[in-house]
Amino acid sequence: MATQVAVGQARVEAEPFAQPRGLWSWLTTIDHKRIGILYGVTALLFFFIGGIEAMLIRVQLAAPNNDFVSADQFNQLFTMHALTMIFLGVMPLSSAFFNFIIPLQIGARDVAFPRLNAFSYWVFLLGALLLNAGWFFGEAPNTGWFSYANLTSPAYSPGHNVDYFVLGLQVLGISSLAAAFNFLVTIINMRAPGMSMMRLPVFTWMTLITSILIVLAFPALTVGVTLLMFDRFFSTNFFIPAAGGSPLLWQHLFWVFGHPEVYILILPAFGIISEILPTFSRKPLFGYSAVVFAGAGIAVLGFGVWAHHMFTVGMGPVPNAVFSIATMLIALPTGVKIFNWIGTMYGGHLDFRTPMLFAVALVGMFIIGGLSGVMHASPPVDSQQQDSYFIVAHLHYVLFGGSIMGLFGGIYYWFPKITGKMYKEALGKLHFWLMLIGFNITFFPMHWVGIEGMPRRIYTYNSGYGWDLWNLISTIGVFVLAIGFVVFIVNMWLSVTLGEKAADDPWDGATLEWTTPSPPPLYNFKHTPRVTSRIPFWSQKYPEVYGDDDHFHHHATDAAADDHAAEHAPASAHAVAHDEHAHEEAIHLPNPSYWPLVTAIGLTLVFAGFRWNYAYHAITYIGVVTLVVGIYSWALEPAMDDPAEHAEAH
Amino acid sequence: MAQHLAHPTSTGLDSRKLAMWAFLASDCMFFGSLIAMYEVSKDRSVVGPFPHEVFNIPYTSVSAFVLLMSSLAMVLALSGIQNANMRRFRIWIATTGLLGLVFLAGQVYEFTFFWRHEHMTLSHNLFGSSFFTLTGFHGTHVAIGVVWLFSLFLASFKKGLVTQEKSLNVEIAGLYWHFVDIVWIVIFTVVYLLSGAG
Repeated sequence: MATQVAVGQARVEAEPFAQPRGLWSWLTTIDHKRIGILYGVTALLFFFIGGIEAMLIRVQLAAPNNDFVSADQFNQLFTMHALTMIFLGVMPLSSAFFNFIIPLQIGARDVAFPRLNAFSYWVFLLGALLLNAGWFFGEAPNTGWFSYANLTSPAYSPGHNVDYFVLGLQVLGISSLAAAFNFLVTIINMRAPGMSMMRLPVFTWMTLITSILIVLAFPALTVGVTLLMFDRFFSTNFFIPAAGGSPLLWQHLFWVFGHPEVYILILPAFGIISEILPTFSRKPLFGYSAVVFAGAGIAVLGFGVWAHHMFTVGMGPVPNAVFSIATMLIALPTGVKIFNWIGTMYGGHLDFRTPMLFAVALVGMFIIGGLSGVMHASPPVDSQQQDSYFIVAHLHYVLFGGSIMGLFGGIYYWFPKITGKMYKEALGKLHFWLMLIGFNITFFPMHWVGIEGMPRRIYTYNSGYGWDLWNLISTIGVFVLAIGFVVFIVNMWLSVTLGEKAADDPWDGATLEWTTPSPPPLYNFKHTPRVTSRIPFWSQKYPEVYGDDDHFHHHATDAAADDHAAEHAPASAHAVAHDEHAHEEAIHLPNPSYWPLVTAIGLTLVFAGFRWNYAYHAITYIGVVTLVVGIYSWALEPAMDDPAEHAEAH
Repeated sequence: MAQHLAHPTSTGLDSRKLAMWAFLASDCMFFGSLIAMYEVSKDRSVVGPFPHEVFNIPYTSVSAFVLLMSSLAMVLALSGIQNANMRRFRIWIATTGLLGLVFLAGQVYEFTFFWRHEHMTLSHNLFGSSFFTLTGFHGTHVAIGVVWLFSLFLASFKKGLVTQEKSLNVEIAGLYWHFVDIVWIVIFTVVYLLSGAG
């Protein structure tokens, strides 16, 4: 047995799977790990830009009657801050982890559609540039990220600001959908033998649920934005009240997308800390299936609560009551998760490294944000809080205190795996404390100014309402956050360039990604792993404690068939036993391709030239031609080398 | 091609087929949103024409029938390629595409008629906006399907591109085509048959 494995390895190592180098290799890469890195670096760049926008907002609001920026600039800043953080920061940072980690966690060599994956990234990058292009003409979107009709109609928004919003979101939506199809199929179809659905790591589960949410929620945004585009470009009347159009239709379409979007932002972070907490508590996740089903429950309920964003538009008592009850119900599965995380830590050997600090911070901060959320789930309370800074405080506690805390925890947790280097623990902790303290200084006072009646989205205010001090404190908090971000960047830079080499399994992890070298080779796994438990690497390392699935016996039935094969193989003592029959398989990796990039450029040009005058329409026509050429070349290009040639080569 | 080398999938279902099902689920929400938009908008126009004044249900029934028959042709084309009968495949895939073209031609005639005789345009009133947008997006789906079908038809003349082993490529195109047909049944019912019910 041992000889066979050794022979198999030697043969694999002889094959030329060296990392390609140079700019061209990045432009044509279809390796999920490189695409993950591209997503991550791009997302951090936009996170930085969104942070700058937030700082400018806070400087303007630091004192009453400030004129640091104009009212119009302020509108552009808060609109772009939200759009950037949501679509260009948090979502792609989640995507970075989907890309890098998911194939490793399920024991696959790549995603189901590697070229589609590259396409998603390039469309995201180009869409992000299109959305931001307005800055160069002083016409960035300025109607809020929700861009309510009929403020966005040609009559009230005659500039091009809204056009960048419309066209940018169209392109970004296509990127998200393409990625969601890919990860949905990858998780369902590319699992290693023995990895039944109820053995998937929780991060993988949350990614699957997030993908389903994107698949079902984004079309509503696409339709809404398309109707708005038609109103603006082709003089239709969808949202024009004078012609009978309904501005409320926009609100419904937007929030049918917009509320599931909230869970698209938070569930990946929930998944990440469900990996971090067990690892640093030295205990398997408490109540695995409850956490999984709670995630699914949040997703299902998430489609039935959109109108709680619209309690004050006058829907009437019955819809308000229904959406209010549904919204309060969401607290139940969320509470289940919180208790399971606490249960995981309870009685564990807690190791407070940086990732663990971020994970624990998420639990605490999300509870605060969740509680204020339950408050305005009640329509009478909401009518007091609607459009006040109280809502701003709430949404930042769930999105910053929740999503972003979790994502930064993920960055530290997987940094050694992704880069092969160890980050500096002291700097990591410094970053964490600056971020946690800065975050609370910035956002906690907003609860008070909100209750005191300060409306959202106002560019300045008069003195004498009792808002001055808290606004100044909020602004000071932003600078603490900024220092924290600088520490983070310094840490990343120092660690990548000068950091110690990381071990393959620095945290004594439980999931399959830690069985690979750091960083993982191009092909991820020499041999397809065979999984017999929910915590496969712990089962292998600690067979006397986690050797088999007995701990989870009641869920093991669906995996029984796979286990049967594994148990009768000599290697079954190890949960991550290498498949004795599979190791003779050759490793086939798909070829690099530039067609995803070409197709993405074509698609973006189609939208980029949609507006303005006939000279710009030429851009659309060039885009259509590029898109068609890209799609056909992509379809006709072989994804891998011809199998016949491959066979002869051996 | 990829499917020969791909490792067997966890579900046994080909990944591309699963991706197509996911896409169709997404497209359901797309058309669902558009139909909801139509229902909200159709009777709110402040100027005519109004839905019950313009539709010619017998005419549209014929074009709906044509589109439904194209689904039958699609099934026969798939059966042809699955049985390695290239002649049968080519005849029926071309028939499917042509029936799709006939449907599109019917839609172009209908749109033109509405414009010429009823003064209905995309911007004239809310009914026009919502009608042309909903049926126009469906027409666009049909047009993309027709291009896809004829691409398969032409590809079958190049050796090795469309074969019995690769019949899944045809099956996936078929899934899309049947879906577009089903959407038309819903649109035909909601927009045309129930036009007087508003």
